[in-house]
Amino acid sequence: MNASSSTVIARPRRPAVPRSRTRLALAAIVVIAFALLPLGLKSYGTYLCSLFCVYLMATFGLNLTIGYAGQMSLGQAAFLGIGAYIAAIGMKAGLPFFAMLPLAALACFAIGLALGFPALRVQHHYLAFATLGFNVLVFLVLRNEEAITGGTFGIRGIPRPSLFGLSLERDLPYFWFTLASTLLLIALLGWLLRSPWGRAFAALRDNPIRAESLGVNITAYTLLAFAIGACCAGIAGAYFASLVGFIDPAPFNFTASLLMLLGVIVGGAGRFLGPVVGTVIIVLLPEWLRFMQNWYLAAFGVAVIALMVWLPGGLLSLPERLASRRIGALP
Amino acid sequence: MSERIIEFENVVAGYTPSLTILNGTTFDARKGEITLLIGPNGAGKSTVLKTLFGMLVPRTGDVRFEGRRVNGHSQRDLLALGMAYVPQGRNLFASLSVRHNLELGGIALPRHALAPRIDEVLARFPRIRERIDNQASTLSGGEQKQLEVGRALLLRPRVLLIDEPSIGLSPKLVQDVMALLRELADQGVTVLMVEQNVRTALKYADRALVLEMGRLALDRPAHALLGDPDLNRLFLGGHVDGRAVTSTTPAGGGSAV
Repeated sequence: MNASSSTVIARPRRPAVPRSRTRLALAAIVVIAFALLPLGLKSYGTYLCSLFCVYLMATFGLNLTIGYAGQMSLGQAAFLGIGAYIAAIGMKAGLPFFAMLPLAALACFAIGLALGFPALRVQHHYLAFATLGFNVLVFLVLRNEEAITGGTFGIRGIPRPSLFGLSLERDLPYFWFTLASTLLLIALLGWLLRSPWGRAFAALRDNPIRAESLGVNITAYTLLAFAIGACCAGIAGAYFASLVGFIDPAPFNFTASLLMLLGVIVGGAGRFLGPVVGTVIIVLLPEWLRFMQNWYLAAFGVAVIALMVWLPGGLLSLPERLASRRIGALP
Repeated sequence: MSERIIEFENVVAGYTPSLTILNGTTFDARKGEITLLIGPNGAGKSTVLKTLFGMLVPRTGDVRFEGRRVNGHSQRDLLALGMAYVPQGRNLFASLSVRHNLELGGIALPRHALAPRIDEVLARFPRIRERIDNQASTLSGGEQKQLEVGRALLLRPRVLLIDEPSIGLSPKLVQDVMALLRELADQGVTVLMVEQNVRTALKYADRALVLEMGRLALDRPAHALLGDPDLNRLFLGGHVDGRAVTSTTPAGGGSAV
């Protein structure tokens, strides 16, 4: 078949992964502005910026699992907890942060790999419940195994690391350290998603049966989607432990997993920068709404419902939605 | 007679234990030929391709590829052995670009081998080359089918299984697809095709196998079947008995089974 025989129709060009210098420059400006933001903030503001980075690591991982590979997960907070507790226990025992960080990442990678096995048999809401069950199980272990985890009393006095002899004890250096680490993780995930692995994840999400007929190892990629997502949360957990200095099981319960899922979906699942917008919504928006006092959580809920109704594809789908309206494809 | 590349021998297969589709199917496909599988709905045409490509495991019987028994082989193994499958319907990953769709077809290849293979495929499909950075969902139906076939050719298969390639295509594009398959067969690729657009497909095929209730009912040269006044009856599920076969068997050969 000779394609030249087909009618030539001009169509808009839309590369799958658009990259341009303008976008990179814009991203650099945003990152620099964010890095300088805490200079004008009090301690709590700096803490929130660091917390934003921590959650960003976890939601970027979850976006890979859910948005790119199409595997439902309601267990991301459990991995955040596992990473946090591994780092906390190790550091309390005198081990350095930089020894505990890869350990937390590896442990979560391995457990994430194991959690991927149910995904080979069940999908969608069944998989959601399987991962939810895992989150509940981890929460109960953290709460009940007091000898190891401190139970509901938690673990106190978790130190912050130092880097090349430079103490990161103060809030501002720790924020910059966390921000740099988050950017590195995002860059790594960006590279991964632009590699053949990323295409295989997308194929797994779009049509696993067709993907398999092309030679994509569905089993391996399903397991890897969970493992890499979990690994990101484990890394985030280690940073979280050092950030707050005290951990108990509460931040790692099922509600936190739901919140992270919300972050991915509100931002735009399967869009590379979706977690950035989503994490702003789940971490920073509730703080900005505090001026509403008792009503702030209700306002947060209404804002999320409105977003989901008007932009089911997430906030980053807004330009496409507006463009579709312009050409009359949407009411 | 050319070399037998694919052999089915008394294959029984189905989707559930209570749903048997192939009831002792026996046939072969020969090197460099287009073998067309036709028959009424539910006759087991697509099931033959799925069984051959490892998506279904035969309960009994043998499936052989170039003389090697391949019952239950994984799809990746079969791709490595030189078999490719283009399923029915739209099979592109719509969210990915044309290039990325092509790259997925060569995911089993070493990286250094991928780029030359893509160039090789693009040389055959200049229209796809023009659209290489576009999102796959923006391609027309004919372009999508070209891309699907091109993607399957990336591993240089010796056998191409293709299920209903004409679905959703205009008559002109159907002719183009069939001409492409003919060209591939003339270059030595064995094509096993399921197609509802029987009259057009028969013009390009070498052999036609009529399946009925999961069994081979008739094996005839394509040109002979094309001239058969009973073609519609055979295709729509008319029973093939001794008398009917006698009345339709041409001097050129073919047999009722």
